[in-house]
Order: sequence, then C-alpha cells, then structure tokens
Amino acid sequence: MPIEETVNALRVAFGDLPVSKFRGDTRAVVPTEKIYEALELLKEKHGFDLLIDITCVDYLNYPGAKDRFGLVYLLAGTVTNQRLTIRAFVNEPEPRVRSVASLWEGANWLEREVWDMFGIQFEGHPDLRRILMPEEFTAFPLRKDYPMQGLGERHNFPVLKRGES
Amino acid sequence: MAIADLMDQVVTTRLDELVSWCRKNSLWPMPFATACCGIELMAVGASRHDIARFGSEVFRFSPRQCDLMIVAGRVVMKMLPVLQRIWQQMPEPKWCISMGACASTGGVFDTYCVVQGIDRFIPVDMYVPGCPPRPEQLIQAVVDLQEKIQREGTMFGKEFYIASRQQTKRALQEP
Ligand code: SF4
Repeated sequence: MPIEETVNALRVAFGDLPVSKFRGDTRAVVPTEKIYEALELLKEKHGFDLLIDITCVDYLNYPGAKDRFGLVYLLAGTVTNQRLTIRAFVNEPEPRVRSVASLWEGANWLEREVWDMFGIQFEGHPDLRRILMPEEFTAFPLRKDYPMQGLGERHNFPVLKRGES
Repeated sequence: MAIADLMDQVVTTRLDELVSWCRKNSLWPMPFATACCGIELMAVGASRHDIARFGSEVFRFSPRQCDLMIVAGRVVMKMLPVLQRIWQQMPEPKWCISMGACASTGGVFDTYCVVQGIDRFIPVDMYVPGCPPRPEQLIQAVVDLQEKIQREGTMFGKEFYIASRQQTKRALQEP
C-alpha cells in the first residue's frame, strides 16, 4: 500500500491535514486533540507498528512560527517498510497532549523525556516523572527561554573541605 | 629551647618521613571514570604504560580500600552527590587527582548540567590538563603527588588541616 493511501485515509478521518514531503519522507500535521486517534488508526489499520521516537521542537522566536511547541512522532511499519512523521502543535501556558503509552509500551520513556526537557504534560501517562534530570530540578532545560548555562542549579551543592571529609 | 623539645621534634620529623615514604609508594587509586578520559586511565593501568612501575597499579572499585581518587571525565549534577559520597567513604589519608579538562574546569561542556570543575566541591591535589591527557601526563601527576606526599606528609595528616588549605576559592565565586 503506497504511503499516499495512508495519507488519504488520515484525511478522510481527520479532515484536510497539511501534508508535506521532504527527501522522500512524508509528514502530516494532526490536530493536537486528535493525536491519539490518529496514531491508533495508523497503528491498527495501516501497519505502523513501530514507534521510533517522540521528540519536540521549541519554536520560540522562530520566524513565521505560530505555535510554541511542535511534537514529532516518528513511525515505521516493520512489515510494510514505510515511514511516516506525524506532528502536532501545543501551546503555553499548559502544554498538554494525550499519552500514547497505551498504544506502544516504548512511548513511556520517550514521553518522560519530552516532559523532562520541554515540560509537555502527557495525559494518561502511567508514570510521568523526570527521566534524565534530578528529581528536584524545576526547570525544563531544552526550552529556548532557559539559558544554556542554567540558572545556577549545577553549582547548588555543599562544598566538602579537607578537614571535614 | 629545652633539649627535650628538640629531641621530640627530631624524632617526629623522621617518623613522618618514613610514614610518608611508605604511603607514597603504594597509592591505591579509585578510578572515578565517567567519560572518555577513563579510557586513557585504563591505558595507564595496562601493560604499555604500566603504572605499576610507580606502585599504583592496585585499582580498587571499593572506595574503602583506596587512598587516591582519580576523577577522569565530566561530572554532572546527578553524579556530583555520588562523587562526594565516594570521597567521604575513602579513609584518610586520601588524595585526589583531577584528570582532564572536564574534571578540572568543565571543559567544553559549559552547560546547565555539567559541574564546572570538581574542585568547587571536593579538594583536589593535582590537576592534569589535556583532552584527554596522555598516559605519561597522568603518570607524571602520580609522581608529582608522590613528591608532594614525601615533602609535606605527616603521620596524622596535619597537612590536611592547615587553614589556608581549607578554602575552596573557586566555589565561592559566581555559579
Ligand atoms: S577532557 Fe576530553 S577526553 Fe577527558 S572527559 Fe573531557 S572530553 Fe573526554
């Protein structure tokens, strides 16, 4: 089944989606509140059984961008040998989207990473905790408004001196 | 000065020297290797460079059995409490070598999670520059440390309590 048929099926189900192609990869933008249904459809009906990655882009101050965060879901079909990129946009103040951890077990840690780095809430996620940064960390370091050197968290530790240790 | 005092001093000094001589020739390193410098640290222990020639070949993975911590690699926020804990678990007397640009200053990783030099949070005796340092450089650091121990080591570790050594200067500066 060519990828165009999959895209057409998506269009039938969710309206006229923006679709683009780049170097042989197809990308479709899905409405944020329909992301779970779209991915479920792709998994159950179109053979996209492998979730390769979930990641996110912060479009703060990006020329021409209308939304703050762009979520990216990279899908692949291991039988059909097809690839598809699904995107969805979320915005502040409370960026949230429905979790797909119930579709793919592997989404669990991927969504935790996106939460850790960008602060996107995944509704229905079984265990939404930080995965890379320490528990007590409060910022979301890959957001563009977070300074690269941090806000001093990296030096917020007790100092051990010779005599005391 | 009473003659008894003088005798006392003479004997103590020689004992210190003897003890330091024993200590310096069997430094047991604790390999705290967190990144690429660790590979070079392994090369130092392997046959070609062979740190056994200087009495430090007994790498122990339990801090309780070590007296020389070699921090090889960058230390991130999540690793620093571990590093401090391991440092505290090592018995006195103990020394620390900061190996490589990352451990000494953070290196090129000037980011939110990388500690910009471990000497902000634990005492360091020797800094080894390089990215990574050549094995010869690390051996030179061990030899220099041996010299330092011989020069100023005391039986009960008085040199560790000298007031001017207590300041960790850089840690007091900006974050
Ligand atoms: S100093 Fe260079 S070799 Fe050593 S840990 Fe840093 S980047 Fe790696």
